[in-house]
Amino acid sequence: MSILVDKSTKVITQGITGKTGQFHTRACREYANGRNCFVAGVNPKKAGEDFEGIPIYGTVREAKEATGANVSVIYVPPAGAAAAIDEAVDANLDLVICITEGIPVRDMIRTRYRMQGKRTLLLGPNCPGVITPEEIKIGIMPGHIHRKGRIGVVSRSGTLTYEAVGQITELGLGQSTAVGIGGDPVNGLKHVDVLKLFNDDPQTDAVVMIGEIGGGDEEIAAAWAKANMKKPIVGFIAGVTAPPGKRMGHAGAIISGGKGTAQEKLAAMEEAGIKVTRNPAEMGKLLLSVLK
Amino acid sequence: MKIHEYQGKEIFRRYGMPVPRGIPAFSVDEAVNAARSLGGPVWVVKAQIHAGGRGKGGGVKLARSIDEVRDVAGQILGMQLVTHQTGPAGQKVRRLLVEEGADIRKELYVAMIVDRASQRVVLMASSEGGMDIEEVAAKTPEKIHRVTIDPMQGLTDAQCDEVARKIGIPDASLPQARTMFKGLYRAFDETDASLAEINPLVVTGDGRLIALDAKLNFDSNALFRHPDIVAMRDLDEEDPAEIQASKFDLSYISLDGDIGCLVNGAGLAMATMDVIKLYGGNPANFLDVGGGATAEKVTEAFKIMLLNPHLKAILVNIFGGIMKCDTIAEGIIAASKAVSLQVPLVVRMKGTNEDLGRKILADSGLPIISANNMAEAAEKVVAAAKGQSSVKAAR
Repeated sequence: MSILVDKSTKVITQGITGKTGQFHTRACREYANGRNCFVAGVNPKKAGEDFEGIPIYGTVREAKEATGANVSVIYVPPAGAAAAIDEAVDANLDLVICITEGIPVRDMIRTRYRMQGKRTLLLGPNCPGVITPEEIKIGIMPGHIHRKGRIGVVSRSGTLTYEAVGQITELGLGQSTAVGIGGDPVNGLKHVDVLKLFNDDPQTDAVVMIGEIGGGDEEIAAAWAKANMKKPIVGFIAGVTAPPGKRMGHAGAIISGGKGTAQEKLAAMEEAGIKVTRNPAEMGKLLLSVLK
Repeated sequence: MKIHEYQGKEIFRRYGMPVPRGIPAFSVDEAVNAARSLGGPVWVVKAQIHAGGRGKGGGVKLARSIDEVRDVAGQILGMQLVTHQTGPAGQKVRRLLVEEGADIRKELYVAMIVDRASQRVVLMASSEGGMDIEEVAAKTPEKIHRVTIDPMQGLTDAQCDEVARKIGIPDASLPQARTMFKGLYRAFDETDASLAEINPLVVTGDGRLIALDAKLNFDSNALFRHPDIVAMRDLDEEDPAEIQASKFDLSYISLDGDIGCLVNGAGLAMATMDVIKLYGGNPANFLDVGGGATAEKVTEAFKIMLLNPHLKAILVNIFGGIMKCDTIAEGIIAASKAVSLQVPLVVRMKGTNEDLGRKILADSGLPIISANNMAEAAEKVVAAAKGQSSVKAAR
């Protein structure tokens, strides 16, 4: 099993012909079962052409109908990325993964509004993507640091996810699925949504949950976990030292109106029985302690 | 991106929102001329800086004659205005706003923000205007009212009336409240604002509503479609290091400590600051070089960190994924040479080609302290900054 994606997933790449799309499509195709998974690209101006053997269609709907794809990944530049999500949602895909960084919040408010009542899930935007090790990698994460295993990873930040994954792999464990939900204030799947999936996944024994300052998503996830989670969770929150009112890179990483501090989040997680560490170098060690 | 009050009020006017008549001034003479052309018995002279809390810091003054306008303009212009938002050094006042006085009966608070939980824009209002709203929220949260705005419908008349009544706007002034709130929503939406705040919104003696202040912040990701707003940017109000960083697509924030951090990825950059603090040090900055850091970018990043005179040591923490560690190592060497680095440098590299990267650093002959994980890196850089271990001894 695993969550969200596996070796049978069929992926459409929106923005396959851009520099970023090309680079990452190559890397994803070379990873595990990628050659069979990345089945289509979309570019209305290049329909009928192909990218290194991957056929390009004019629309997501056409790509889906021609290939049976159920997931799309988006590398479209920010100005057109929300419209690209809309198109994938209208084509009724199972999951849309938006890698694009820098989409205006207003565009995302409208896109999320349009998604109400639709079946399509959104991961991101501004996220590294999702990987089920040794099966499929969709996104920009380095595949080789991952190893198949039974630990779920969910995080708002890219390289910090890699840090956690690296520590898990070094301990000789591995990941069931690693999910980067992204650092934007208005996005798709949240920590709580991914925890629910891991909770129901028989291949996942424990979860590493990584958050950062800003918003209240970690608190919501913690409250849900306290009442429902059957598996141990360990956590880390980045930004204990971040000053209020300063945006720390991610559009969502800001302490504003006295809300969204790391201390509040750590307290909420501890209250929910989640083991947390203040030391990001010790996420792996902490995980080992709950597995015994 | 932030703008000044007088610029915010220009935008408010465009959306039909009543604001006091006023004229910006860049010198005392201009302030006096502004007061003359406005006329009237009373003027307000307001310091224009991006930080809030200007009144308490002495940046907003009333004048009852032209001579008094000259006096207070002279006092405020050029002062280092210290408020709870500027930090102890304060911000130099370079611009003024001269306005007609208002007959204030009631001071209210109105704001718009994006609510992450509902993924909508929210109108927030309170009867407690003119005060620090965070204090109101902490002490009397029941005095803050919110309505969530449907992005397709916009703010409705019913919502406007509901909020207006709750914050004590008289029934006779409800049509004006609709104009004000709907104007604020349209301004927020159409300019891609991230925050719009009127504090205070006043009810005058004759029942009119006037926005006495205007604070607008904008979504930096949407500036590409608002050249008119970009033109309002005042670089004097921004940190020179942060401006320099933005030119090279680096995300940089100045902090109070003495240990520079160069990291790829925002989350890892914050975590690196946290781990430095955990080991007893103090980060001098947040710096995310992004996913595609080149040798040029790393060099610029070093230069920007070295602008800080308090810097005692640098920690580079890179998780090389798409970027290879050997490429990064070469970038670090090029940068160290280009800036003839004088402070201790600790490097922790992980990921693709990390062994090769470490070998390149070791063979470079440069006094670089290598670390295997984040904790070790933090420990070493804190020690280096405290002078407990010189660069030579560490080798």
